[in-house]
Amino acid sequence: MTKLQVASSPHHHNQRDTGAVMRLVVYAAIPGIAVQTYMFGYGVLVQLALAVVTAVVTEVVILEIRKKNTERAVKDYSALLCGLLLAISIPPLAPWWIIVIGTFFSIAIVKQLYGGLGFNLFNPAMAGYVMLLISFPVQMTAWLPPVSLTIQNVGIWDTIHTIFTGYTATGFSIAQLQATVDGATMATPLDHIKTALSEGYIISEGLNNKIFNASMGVGWAPVSFAYLIGGLVLIKAKVINWHIPASMIIAAMAVSAVLSIYDMSTHASPWFHLVNGSLIVGAFFIATDPVSASTTNRGRIVFGALIGFWIIVIRTWGGYPDAIAFAVVLMNLAVPLIDYYTKPGTYGHQNKVRNMAKPSPAKKSQQGDK
Amino acid sequence: MKGFASFDTVLERLSVGRLWDFPGGVHPAQEKSLSNKEVIKNLPLPEYVYVPIKQHIGIDSELLVTLGDKVLKGQALTASENPYAVPVHASSSGLITAIGEHPAAHPSGLPEMTVTITLDGKDDAIATQGISQYKEASKHDIISAICNAGISGLGGAGFPTHIKSNTIKPVEFLIINGIECEPYISADDRLMREHAWQIRQGIDILHHLIKPKRVIIAIEDNKPEALETMSIACQQQSEYHVVSVPTKYPAGGERQLIQVLTSREVPSDGLPIDIGCVMYNVGTCFAVADAIIEGKALTQRVVTVTGKAIDKPQNVWAKIGTPVSHLLENSAFDVNKQAYPRIIMGGPMMGFTLASAKIPIVKITNCILAPAAKELPSVEDERGCIRCSACADACPVSLLPQQLFWYSKAKDYDVAQEYDLFDCIECGACAYVCPSEIPLVHYYRQAKGDIRAQLHEKEQAEKARIRFEARQQRLESEKQAREEKHRLAAQARTKALNSNGGGAKDKIAAALARAKAKKSAQLQPSEDSVNDGASVNANKEKLSPSETASATKAEAKND
Repeated sequence: MTKLQVASSPHHHNQRDTGAVMRLVVYAAIPGIAVQTYMFGYGVLVQLALAVVTAVVTEVVILEIRKKNTERAVKDYSALLCGLLLAISIPPLAPWWIIVIGTFFSIAIVKQLYGGLGFNLFNPAMAGYVMLLISFPVQMTAWLPPVSLTIQNVGIWDTIHTIFTGYTATGFSIAQLQATVDGATMATPLDHIKTALSEGYIISEGLNNKIFNASMGVGWAPVSFAYLIGGLVLIKAKVINWHIPASMIIAAMAVSAVLSIYDMSTHASPWFHLVNGSLIVGAFFIATDPVSASTTNRGRIVFGALIGFWIIVIRTWGGYPDAIAFAVVLMNLAVPLIDYYTKPGTYGHQNKVRNMAKPSPAKKSQQGDK
Repeated sequence: MKGFASFDTVLERLSVGRLWDFPGGVHPAQEKSLSNKEVIKNLPLPEYVYVPIKQHIGIDSELLVTLGDKVLKGQALTASENPYAVPVHASSSGLITAIGEHPAAHPSGLPEMTVTITLDGKDDAIATQGISQYKEASKHDIISAICNAGISGLGGAGFPTHIKSNTIKPVEFLIINGIECEPYISADDRLMREHAWQIRQGIDILHHLIKPKRVIIAIEDNKPEALETMSIACQQQSEYHVVSVPTKYPAGGERQLIQVLTSREVPSDGLPIDIGCVMYNVGTCFAVADAIIEGKALTQRVVTVTGKAIDKPQNVWAKIGTPVSHLLENSAFDVNKQAYPRIIMGGPMMGFTLASAKIPIVKITNCILAPAAKELPSVEDERGCIRCSACADACPVSLLPQQLFWYSKAKDYDVAQEYDLFDCIECGACAYVCPSEIPLVHYYRQAKGDIRAQLHEKEQAEKARIRFEARQQRLESEKQAREEKHRLAAQARTKALNSNGGGAKDKIAAALARAKAKKSAQLQPSEDSVNDGASVNANKEKLSPSETASATKAEAKND
């Protein structure tokens, strides 16, 4: 017989590789992206295309420089997913260079400079988002109202024109597009409430606006629910564990419940915090990034809960209306510590024979003192 | 204590069929139906059998046979006074044609001391004598019969069965492991279906020896036929519980099965007996019945020959020592169906690849697996860990495999041990689920090997250090003693000179006078003594000045 080949066990392997995991996340995001496009226009798709191209090109170039296997890295879909998450987080009509700079930063600096996939300390998409928000606050907060509330109908050509030149084909600026029928500039639900509160209004007065439909932001809430469906599919498919999304949402709602019980007039309800802003997409798609999240299940509960806590704290007292990115990046820093203190109990260590047989050193010294 | 259900709680839950669970675990495709459909076959005798003389965890034994001996089936080839040694037996009749090293049935594939028997084809057996009324026999007789039959655990670890059975600690649960959780393997399944009664006899004997409060026969729920036959075989025994265990790999691991049945955890530095449990594989029970009732030694076992490169997958009675090639040839192995030649001994999760098809079947071999080209593809495309923790979710021991991987790969062995590296049972569940296709278990094995080697080296160094220090101390104390002696002698001399100066001078004068007298006496010798004196002088002349000098030096050294 010819020479037999030798390998180490196990010889069995399930067929879900990194690429398959990442692809499943991308598929699960499709309902959310579809609804987001429907609600906020074609800009979402244009940003997505820009982000994905930038992410993949950046990844390939850097890996070439690092002399790594580029084909394999592209096939793991991690760069694509990173670009996707950043693209859905930014205003659909933001100038093209915003998403390009952001994605480049995410891939080149946050991911590859730390050693590539698996080694990055921070969630690349969120670190990129934080960089953009701090550097370009005007462009990063210029959200258009949902399509149903705008006067100007922005078509696909107008969208592309705006993203690349700053004006629609017919010459409207973003500021003009943001205006509603009554001439008031419209903001995101979270922005609106924040501004209302700072002007001395109470929550119920702030909610009395046509961007809200019974405290749910028009356009925003359906997007959240679409991502929720995708997120639940991810849990069902065992791509992510329930621990981070559940603890994050429960903690955010618990903290906001305490605040709103304390003072209902100046603190929004837990329901408001859940459906507006990016709590749901953050809980299922962003905080669950395996590389930068905690790796133990108990640790994930702590990690998720603290993100939820920070989100409400920053939304309530911080300078920015939403806080997923800040909260996630902040908690990324704490992951090594969380992991260290949440090691699961190994089988058979609670009842070691040695522990049972010998007195502990502390006891011994006590006996010695006597 | 956490994770320790009382006897009554366990019994209560067993009676209503409620079990516990172990964390993690995986559900690989079973593929057992390839081989479990037909009865266990008998194969034609092979030309040779290669019987390794040590097939268990324990001590080496001494050989009882020499080259050229004729042996009969069941004849012991080794014996030992050591209680941890288990003898091996000739598995068929023939002539011993070689005693030497032969590739071993071990992951390392390193050669092992092996007795080669050229079979005569008659398969003559030695006369045997069972203990028909074992309930009247002494415990000692039964234990030695089990030992003499060469039985060591057939489940995989190969722990000597007589040691396990000779417990003095009280046993609450005697657990019979019919789980067979590895995919593809159906040897225990077939054995239970076809020989439930004999297994039951073996259990009865072990029950008589160990006197447990209860017997649990655990069978995975993917083997309904085996569950049924075992239930029928055990129905008269009210203390026996045949339990259906949900299929999940590795439910058949000793510690995992105990956890599933009793919720108890075996201490990491202890044995099942510490928590009132003893476990035997169904194959071991079968062999025990053979040994006690018929007096037959363990010379054959059921082996599953399977995989999609095998045209006739089946279970066979394989003589211990049968080369794997013989099993393959008789099961229509088609090497052309493989992408590259690959034979696995054991299952796809914990089995090891063979370096040679001449490797023999041993007491713990339960499966020979020959996968086809697209079956069980080998994983070569290792990528970076993405910390997804799929491995931690799959780990039945609740380790953090990705952390162990980092520290093992970085050779940071102290930290790896802090993360309980040595509690890893190498079940392979982590590597099975890893999306980055990292051969995790391989890294752990390497780390364990390195740590053991380091420990061994350290022990050796420690021994050498102790020896060296003892020598240094001895030399030092000898030197001191010598100096002390010299000092005392010098003191005595000085004292003698000072206290009795005149006396000493007289002595010297007396000595000189004596020498003079002697010399004058020598000047008038007899005839004979002249010759003597001449020879002395001649001898003296032979010594050259340099030799004299070196002789003097040597004397000085000796001092």
